[in-house]
Amino acid sequence: MTIYILSLIFAVVWVAITGSASLLNLVFGFILGSLAIWVVRGEIGVSGYVGRLGRILSLLVLFFKELALSAWKVAVLVTRRDMDLKPGIFAFPLTVDRDMEITLLANLITLTPGTLSVDVSADRKTLYVHAIDCSDIETTKREIAEGFERKIMEAFR
Amino acid sequence: MIETLFALVTAILILAGAAFALVAAIGLNRLPDVYTRMHAASKAGTVGSGLLLLAVGIHSGDISTLARALAGFLFFVLTAPVSAHLLAIASRRAGYSLCDRTVVDEMKN
Repeated sequence: MTIYILSLIFAVVWVAITGSASLLNLVFGFILGSLAIWVVRGEIGVSGYVGRLGRILSLLVLFFKELALSAWKVAVLVTRRDMDLKPGIFAFPLTVDRDMEITLLANLITLTPGTLSVDVSADRKTLYVHAIDCSDIETTKREIAEGFERKIMEAFR
Repeated sequence: MIETLFALVTAILILAGAAFALVAAIGLNRLPDVYTRMHAASKAGTVGSGLLLLAVGIHSGDISTLARALAGFLFFVLTAPVSAHLLAIASRRAGYSLCDRTVVDEMKN
């Protein structure tokens, strides 16, 4: 669901326009944005707005944990005397099929340890991922599928 | 007391941020091809600049500056993977090959 992102964008725009970047104003902007979306709810199809917030937050927590881990891994890797590289590109079969979910998954993959999304196949069934350590592709694939992809499904379905 | 604490946290954040930025730069130099370099730039770079922004926000002691710093970090997180992805696909289309230590390539050209 793009509604939260929309609300967030509205909130940021609100802050930019009013020119006071306080946290309170951001929250106010978010509420205003949500209200504005609520007005046009018939056009864009809104359902289960509040119940999703928890699952989206849990996705966010997972993301920041992975981001920190990922930066640490890169740091350890490049400061070693002999860099233990087994780079390669593997094909990840996508379960999510909406554009927005694929985009989100690709971005999350890029910011997680050792993986970087390169391209989506034309039929949107495969994501090509560059990994810095391709010694165990199956495990990496399973981790993505059971981690981010499952969380995205939970949060946006 | 509380000021010392803030100063300490700010100092730690700045040092950590600078360290990650340095690591990103080292990575860009040492890694063998454009794809592996993107790993260093997009991850260590994002975290490094994020920590520095956070340090600025906390040091200011002002909630509106902190909010702006956090917004900056958010946009970093939003844009870094997109640019890394675009650079990767562009270099792929332009014909930059993977380095010779590459073990697998399941992507058809």
